[in-house]
Amino acid sequence: MVGPLIPMGVIPEAWNNVIALLLGAGFGFTLEASGFSSSRKIMGTFFGYDFVVLRVFFTAAVTAMTGIIYFDYMGWMDASMLYINPYYVMSAIVGGIIMGLGFALGGFCPGTSFCGVAIGKIDALFFTTGLFLGVFIFSELYPLFDKLYNGQDIGGAKIYDLLGMRQNVFAFLLIIAAVGMFYFAGFVEKKVKKVEY
Amino acid sequence: MKKMKRDGSFYINPYLGGIMLGLVLFSTYYITGRGLGASGAVKSSVVSAVHTIAPVHAENNKYYSKFLSDDASPMSNWLVFEVIGVLVGGFLSGTLYGRLKFKVEHSPKITSRRRLIAALAGGMLFGIGSQFARGCTSGAALSGMAVLSASGIITMMAIFGSAYLFSWIFKKLWI
Repeated sequence: MVGPLIPMGVIPEAWNNVIALLLGAGFGFTLEASGFSSSRKIMGTFFGYDFVVLRVFFTAAVTAMTGIIYFDYMGWMDASMLYINPYYVMSAIVGGIIMGLGFALGGFCPGTSFCGVAIGKIDALFFTTGLFLGVFIFSELYPLFDKLYNGQDIGGAKIYDLLGMRQNVFAFLLIIAAVGMFYFAGFVEKKVKKVEY
Repeated sequence: MKKMKRDGSFYINPYLGGIMLGLVLFSTYYITGRGLGASGAVKSSVVSAVHTIAPVHAENNKYYSKFLSDDASPMSNWLVFEVIGVLVGGFLSGTLYGRLKFKVEHSPKITSRRRLIAALAGGMLFGIGSQFARGCTSGAALSGMAVLSASGIITMMAIFGSAYLFSWIFKKLWI
């Protein structure tokens, strides 16, 4: 079966929501089981006492990336059909920085806050409520942001094209960088004083 | 391997967790042609709520109207079902490892009240930022990295880079 299955018509559209529920459950289970329902565990990455976020995030990214490249190479999936988020240069950077500030204050990101809510964390519930308010505020003030939001669109660009590299070379370097960070994280964790949470 | 305990202290190995999450993300791309997400479900809900309460206002607003179409309600969005799944999956894991408990988790240096205010403010900023970046840590950063998109990698660096800096400014909230 050549993927992506739903866009290729292998699985009918009607299954879309059932599949969403199942994949979401897998997503939620792994996040919670890894410890992402705790804001203080998440924040450990920034203070050096617990690098679980760094380890899980980069292992996941590299695993999925390798799978996609391999399936595309073997002809089991047409990777050119996959959705690529368009890159609006300044809007992506400004958005990322605002999210970074939100991260440092709130200790969650949206997906992890849902996991926190699922196991009864009241702070996660407040964070989630904030998300709704934030989206509402953005939407109501949208005319102010229109220019930034829609400016500098370079489409669904790939990072290796922008850097003038071949995909495989970039992917290989990314894996090396991830392994390097994992070593570094282990080294820092040993030096930093443990935080009880 | 550490023995599994049900007192809430047990977490799976982070590399195992990463591989499992990577396989879920890969399966999502393989089946649906898109990645995972989280903030998109919040957006759909907000658009839907505003459209129900003030339909004319929503249709006249340039942002809401992008996501309104005549044939489908914005709630019937893939991500909304996915996030319901996240809640179910998180609950199952919490049940399995004994972590179901109502509580406000915070550093001993701050009060619960202060933690809740910071969490609300943080959520608000994350909500705003995720609209600018067209996705959050899941939809923009993680899913974007899996397909090596420029937007994904840049957004990931902007989130983690600035969060690193800001977390030291707000150090007292955490340690």
